[in-house]
Amino acid sequence: MIFLFYLFAAIALAGAIGVVAFKNPVSSAFSLVISFLGLAALFIQLDAYLIGILQILVYAGAIMVLFLFIIMLLDLPAEEKRHFRGATVICSLAFVAGFVALLVTVLKRSGVGERMIPEIATSGGSDSSDIHRIGELLFSQYWFPIEMVGILLLVATVGVVVLSRKELK
Amino acid sequence: MDTNCLAWILLLLPIVVAGAIMLGLKRWPQLSALLATGSALITLVIALTLACPEYRDGSIKSFPWIQLGEGQDAFRVNIGFNLDLLSRGMLLIVTAIGFLVHLFSLEYMKDDNGQSRYFAGLALFMFSMTGIVLADNFVMMFIFWELVGVSSYILIGHWYQKDAAADAAKKAFLTNRVGDVGFMIGILLVWVLTKSIYFHEIEAAVGGVANRHLLDVAVLCIFCGAIGKSAQLPLHVWLPDAMEGPTPVSALIHAATMVAAGVFMLARISVLITASGMAAEVIVWIGAITALFSALIALQQNDIKRILAYSTLSQLGYMIMAQGIDNGGDAGMFNLYTHAFFKALLFLGAGAVILACHHEQDIWKMGGLRRKMPITFYSFFLGTAALIAVPFTSGFWSKEAILDAAHHAGQTGPYWIGLIVALLTPFYMTRLFVVAFLGKSRSGDAKDAVEVKAVMWVPLVILAFMAVFSAYGLIANPLQALGHAELDHFHLNQTSLLSLCGLIVGAGLAFWLYQGKSEEPLNGAFFKLSRNKFYVDEMYAHLIGIIQDDFAALIAFLDRYVLQPVLVRLPAFTSMAVGNLLRRFQVGNLQIYALYMSAAAVLLILFFIF
Amino acid sequence: MEATLTLNDFLLISGILFSVGLLGVLIRRNIIVIFMCLELMLSAANLTLVAFSRFDTGNGHPNYHGQVLLFFIITVSAAEVAVGLAVMVALFRSRKTTDVSQINSMKF
Repeated sequence: MIFLFYLFAAIALAGAIGVVAFKNPVSSAFSLVISFLGLAALFIQLDAYLIGILQILVYAGAIMVLFLFIIMLLDLPAEEKRHFRGATVICSLAFVAGFVALLVTVLKRSGVGERMIPEIATSGGSDSSDIHRIGELLFSQYWFPIEMVGILLLVATVGVVVLSRKELK
Repeated sequence: MDTNCLAWILLLLPIVVAGAIMLGLKRWPQLSALLATGSALITLVIALTLACPEYRDGSIKSFPWIQLGEGQDAFRVNIGFNLDLLSRGMLLIVTAIGFLVHLFSLEYMKDDNGQSRYFAGLALFMFSMTGIVLADNFVMMFIFWELVGVSSYILIGHWYQKDAAADAAKKAFLTNRVGDVGFMIGILLVWVLTKSIYFHEIEAAVGGVANRHLLDVAVLCIFCGAIGKSAQLPLHVWLPDAMEGPTPVSALIHAATMVAAGVFMLARISVLITASGMAAEVIVWIGAITALFSALIALQQNDIKRILAYSTLSQLGYMIMAQGIDNGGDAGMFNLYTHAFFKALLFLGAGAVILACHHEQDIWKMGGLRRKMPITFYSFFLGTAALIAVPFTSGFWSKEAILDAAHHAGQTGPYWIGLIVALLTPFYMTRLFVVAFLGKSRSGDAKDAVEVKAVMWVPLVILAFMAVFSAYGLIANPLQALGHAELDHFHLNQTSLLSLCGLIVGAGLAFWLYQGKSEEPLNGAFFKLSRNKFYVDEMYAHLIGIIQDDFAALIAFLDRYVLQPVLVRLPAFTSMAVGNLLRRFQVGNLQIYALYMSAAAVLLILFFIF
Repeated sequence: MEATLTLNDFLLISGILFSVGLLGVLIRRNIIVIFMCLELMLSAANLTLVAFSRFDTGNGHPNYHGQVLLFFIITVSAAEVAVGLAVMVALFRSRKTTDVSQINSMKF
């Protein structure tokens, strides 16, 4: 169990570092996909099956593909040389390290995360699967957000079409 | 009608007429002129009525105006009247001469464009002057004092399109204002000392005033007002310039009444003057020196009105001097009374001559008017005679009274100065008379002169009669004059002998020097000084220029080196500096902004946790 | 006995992933890569949400409300990516570069 956790966590982390480190944007995109796969595995380990599958379907499958399309469309070259400004790097590293340190301290202090994984009652049958329950919640309590999200997607589509127009001379 | 009604009508009728003229009747000048003259006549009749014994003791209702505080110790200013002997006499002078001047102006200003405005101004003046005369407290007197200044400004500047007239009006008002500042301070000091502003209360309280020095200062400050209004020495510069106004205005205001207001005011507070010896001394000397100084200037002036103006200054000097002498107050008022008549006569006569010679004012361009304007000639002659104190004219009696009072009070300096002036006055007046009236006509205008119309010479004749006979008891007493010719007490003492000598020497010398001449024979450094009024105006202009320049330089310095850096540049600089500092954060680089945000987030968490 | 997983582990992993994403946003020059790092940060936040949802059980089930929220987050982030990339394409068309440091005309 724990071994699986560490494995998938390592994959996610490796992918994340790869995004930052690679010079070629396509490489960055692919390593992000790998990172998402690791994350999805972690989701499934947490018994969140729907979310895990959605992560792969939507994120890795649609969003990353969109990214790759755009990279190809813009024909972005790989950066030949890294030109970082030293000051920026140092500052950023400092803040990020600080952020992590802060997180660790907070977690230690507040003891919020000392819990173990609780047991789930497995009464078996289809009515106890998480998809079932999430579906129930979505379409009973959260029907309004569903409709709003539908409109949002419509607006996003229209917006993308408008933004991509070439200027009319 | 009772006294109360009559007195209030006397005061308010002229201002109502002035208001009516200015608000509605400007297009009908003849009507305005007649209305104003009518109101002057009515006020004269009322003044005569109020002089009658059965009316003179009536009570007047005073009208409460300002009240500060409550109860017994409240400070009250009422508009109320005082009808004692002094007021009645002065009232008669003002209304009588006022009416005669109105009559004269009907013809003199007939062709003027601003006739309505002129008569409204005259009515305003009558209102203000009667206010001063009737006032029973200092504050009311001060209000009307200022109003008289305003009327004077309006009337001097009647022909305001002429620069000289506008400047003269301004000069008159400003010089008066300088005096009035002192007057106001004096009133406040008197109030502090006697706790009252009502004349009768002040007179009662003056004995109990402890701080005599302060009383001296207070009286001197009040005297400043008289210096301004009656054109005494430091502030005399406005009166000769005031001759830019129409001649009837000069006759009424600057000869007979307004300038006499200063003398009247001093007579009103004579109790205060007697109580403060130092102030009385100062008053006497200023009066004497003014008399001498202006007589010296009059010796060499060539404009008929200016000669008369300086002669007025000189006579005013006499009157002010008399007010400062012990027991001389009555003599001063008596002189005011006689002087009013003959000076008005002289000015109106000059007006007639000026009109006849087509607005020519230089005496060297007149001459030979005896045959052409006989009535004017003879009345002017009588007026001159009264002015130079020919024996048995009214001027003789009043000047004797003043010189006698000076002699009896032991004021030797002023006494001798008075005698010297009594020599100079005949000199310049005879010069005027000989050059302007006798001899041959010296210009075309003079050749064409004709006698003026009846409306103009009737006042001249009346005034000539008064010039000779006004001192005698029969006329003087009913007219409430404060003195009369003492025929039975008359004897030749040192004073009368010396002044008679002065008269003969002065008149004779002038006659011999100027008879038959066609230009000024006297030249020399002194006479040049006299001709240029001893350069007093130039000195004042220079002084004011210096003061103003210095003050302006100081202000400029303060503005450039103190106010501008601190109040203007400093805030501007500060906001620019802060703005410059803050805008360095806008680098335009997306990632730097992201850095700012994450840094802020971290710091916030830090802040909240710890 | 083998140790069990605690919430801390998941939160820590999520935090580290978030930091790496943040680092990428601050360091990389290419705008597309920055956007990808942004998505990484979002996913890390999703992990936190799922962890809390799992560990907060009432009557034997995880708190599914958290997972419903996640559903919406994923949907909205998809829309956001679409629009964001369209904007970047328009930007590339006018500026001819994807280097962030070249897009700095709104400065002092």
